[in-house]
Amino acid sequence: MSTIPVSDSAERFHEAWARLLSADHGMAVHPGLLRGLVARTAALLHRAQQDEPFEPRLAAQAGAELVDAHFTDPVLLARAVELLQAQPVGDARGPALTGAFAAGWAAALRERTLREQEAIRTAADTARKEAERALRASEARFRALFESAAIGIGIGDTDGNILAVNKALQELFGAAPEDMTGRRVGDLVHPEDTPGVWEAYEELISGKREYFQFDKPYYRQDGEVVWTHLTVSLIRDDDGIPQYQVAMLEDITDRYRLQERLRHQATHDSLTGLPNRAAFFERLEKLFEEPEPGARFGLCYVDLDGFKVVNDSLGHDTGDQLLSAVAARLKAALSPLGHLVARLGGDEFVVLLENCRGEQEAVAAAKTVLKALAGPVLIGDHKLAVGASVGVLERRVSTTTPGAAVRAADLTLYRAKEAGRGRWTLFDPKENARAVSRYAVSVRMPAALDQGEFFIDYQPLYALADGRLAAVEALVRWRHPQLGVLGPDEFVTTAEETGLIMPLGRWVLEQACGQAADWIKRFGDAAPQLNVNLAVRQARSAALVTDLGRILDTTGFDPARLQLEITESTVVGPEDEALRTLHGLVDLGVSLAVDDFGTGWSNLAYLRDLPVSGLKIAGSFVGDLHDPAKDESTGWRIVSGLVSMAHALGLTVTAEGVETRKDAERLRTIGCDWAQGWHFGRPVRPGEIARRITEEPQGRPVGGSSAEG
Amino acid sequence: MRRPSWVPEGTDLDKPNAARVYDYYLGGSHNFEVDREMARKAMALWPELPQIMRSNRAFLRRAVTFLAERGVTRFLDIGSGIPTFGAVHEIVRAVRPEAQVVYVDRDPVAVAHSRLLLEDDPGSDVVQADLRDVDDLLARPEVAGLLAQGEPVAVLLVAVAHFVTDDEDPWKLIGTIRDALPPGSALVLSHASLEGRPDQAEDHQKLYQRTPTPLTMRTHEQITGMFAGFELIEPGVVYLPQWHPDQPEAVGEHPERMTGVAGVGFRP
Repeated sequence: MSTIPVSDSAERFHEAWARLLSADHGMAVHPGLLRGLVARTAALLHRAQQDEPFEPRLAAQAGAELVDAHFTDPVLLARAVELLQAQPVGDARGPALTGAFAAGWAAALRERTLREQEAIRTAADTARKEAERALRASEARFRALFESAAIGIGIGDTDGNILAVNKALQELFGAAPEDMTGRRVGDLVHPEDTPGVWEAYEELISGKREYFQFDKPYYRQDGEVVWTHLTVSLIRDDDGIPQYQVAMLEDITDRYRLQERLRHQATHDSLTGLPNRAAFFERLEKLFEEPEPGARFGLCYVDLDGFKVVNDSLGHDTGDQLLSAVAARLKAALSPLGHLVARLGGDEFVVLLENCRGEQEAVAAAKTVLKALAGPVLIGDHKLAVGASVGVLERRVSTTTPGAAVRAADLTLYRAKEAGRGRWTLFDPKENARAVSRYAVSVRMPAALDQGEFFIDYQPLYALADGRLAAVEALVRWRHPQLGVLGPDEFVTTAEETGLIMPLGRWVLEQACGQAADWIKRFGDAAPQLNVNLAVRQARSAALVTDLGRILDTTGFDPARLQLEITESTVVGPEDEALRTLHGLVDLGVSLAVDDFGTGWSNLAYLRDLPVSGLKIAGSFVGDLHDPAKDESTGWRIVSGLVSMAHALGLTVTAEGVETRKDAERLRTIGCDWAQGWHFGRPVRPGEIARRITEEPQGRPVGGSSAEG
Repeated sequence: MRRPSWVPEGTDLDKPNAARVYDYYLGGSHNFEVDREMARKAMALWPELPQIMRSNRAFLRRAVTFLAERGVTRFLDIGSGIPTFGAVHEIVRAVRPEAQVVYVDRDPVAVAHSRLLLEDDPGSDVVQADLRDVDDLLARPEVAGLLAQGEPVAVLLVAVAHFVTDDEDPWKLIGTIRDALPPGSALVLSHASLEGRPDQAEDHQKLYQRTPTPLTMRTHEQITGMFAGFELIEPGVVYLPQWHPDQPEAVGEHPERMTGVAGVGFRP
């Protein structure tokens, strides 16, 4: 065994022991505390080495103290064992001492580990319970909010199952809790649902939108209807997957009913309950907003025969009762057919046929009116026989305007009355024009020109090849004080008959050339060519060439930018004096076109001899393409043939009455040069033409936007 | 959106938690397998981590002792975690038995553990609050009470600010705390630095990405910026072992290998 003195070796062990404990974990321990620990454990180990009898307990305690001071790193144990083993000990207790030290360290570490695991588990448990308690508290708050909210709230899953509804929603639906469980959102459909509400719902539950709002009706449990302002929001989970839908419903039934009543009062006649004049015009105007190509409509203007007599002899009360009875009969007879019956005022009623299939249907409606009023009406003791006269109008939407249609129907009714009561009369354009002139036009027209009642609208003509605004056609209008705005077809014939066409035609040329000259000044080459219609009588007047020459001078308008449109009937033979006038016009530098080609005499060979450079195919050719009664491919062959024929004669071809993009495209492919019609724009004020010139410098795509205005 | 304060935060024991991982590095058993798994992974990549943590703990001990010896008796330890050994109240009581300590942590488990540990200690309080919601933190009665006394308070942000992302703006948060402190108060701050071991920084930050507390290591300059409005005492912001070592040789040859930097500043 060793001969080194015990005290020396103890001192060296102490130093090595202190170095060992100061490293690593020892760094984090306060130096003073560390010094104490070193001294205490070194002393314990020293006693374990020296004391008699040998007390392994002391070495074990030294190991435990290290663990208590958080010396838990096994590397430290290994180094400590090395140090102890290198230490000379008097007897053979060395291995036992080291073993006791290691066991003491390990036992303390085991205890410490278990204690700490216990502590952290307890802490985790406490934290979890605290979190659950807080969650319950917050759930309680939410539940209170949900349950006592004044607004109805319902929660559903994304499959449409209703999971929970609050008290307010149950009350809104007049339902018990069990009535709502197991119901599905899809069951809550109502026939008056706003279009789009269910599409929005589908988008929401599939995650394509976050919320939507609508006013929506629901059936209550008792079958009554409740109107609500509905807001539905989507709830997603942490990964963004849709989880729930939350619906909030506010009862707006009272507000809705009030609105409905106000609306009803504004649109219904209080005596008969029928839609009133305003409601009728609203519906009629709606028809004209975006009509389908070829759409037709019908009007039956109804006036009671002899109503004034009833009113005068039996009194207004009886008269009112009679009107109510008539209204009820008309409604009962015509509403089932899908027609609208309105009271225009007095004893005038009107039947509107939307999506009319043809004249027969309108006439059938008129007959139904007469039949409905055929039997006598019992008012008190009086058995009153009422008859009625009906004016029937049936037109394509695109050929007229609401104002003109109503006026024409009214005049047709007048003709029915004149022809004898109790009958219907069908609208006739010629009769209509005659009626207009007879009652209002001829007398007033001379003064109208002086009083500035005429004005000019311009309808655009587009070049099909490049979509350029090629020309505008000047169309004269008459703002008649009684009849409203009249179109040329309603007064030009009368003007020709009376000779007034001469000053009117001159006025139109002056105005239109002035306007077109102004466009050229403002827009240069972008300004369109001007087309002006020439009446037959004008073409036969020797003064026309002189007049036009003067107008061109005054306005400074370039004659090359002016095209005059004549009809086929302007020139009836090679010897016609009109021919000289036409040549005179061409000599001025003006070009000529044949308007409405295909509707008149149509002597094709004769076209060759006219000094014309353009041809306008009548709108009926394109219109017929949409007539189900006529073969479309034949129609196209005719149009195509007309285009080729005109091109063979070196004429520029314009198609009139083009209403659809498809037709425009087809016309372009068959080589038609220009087109005109609702697809390209209706007749508009000059300001709108100026707007098109500036805003569409590149023209418009031929297949492009739909009909204007 | 931060949830309203009356909606409880969950105690998610399926995810590693920074406080418990730290405990494992320091040789403690206040941790779960999920924490140990992450710590083992980190240590496999970077074996010096336990040493770094010990170095940080040693800094805390030296800084607290330093301040206590200079008369500071009020300590606000934000992000206290699990005080495995050498907790602030233990260190400071050796010098100032009357000292008051308020521990703050956002992790409910760490808070519950601290409460168990400090149940019988009248001089300590434990608050569950989040540094990122600093107004709420400062308004807690325990914290407000400590500050209201008007005596200097030492605010400890030891290995905490790197768990606040740039978006959450730790500079602004610390500024808010600074403005609430009485004159003569101190900021004790240590922070993971990008410069000590640039080779390790990226992988290490990645490991923390899947914890509730992602790690943002920062440059020396950015960390020094956190002392705005404080007067840094010598030697300024330095690597952990370099700050007031117990003996000169304790600094070691490579203090930068401890990667963390630390400093102490006083509010004038």
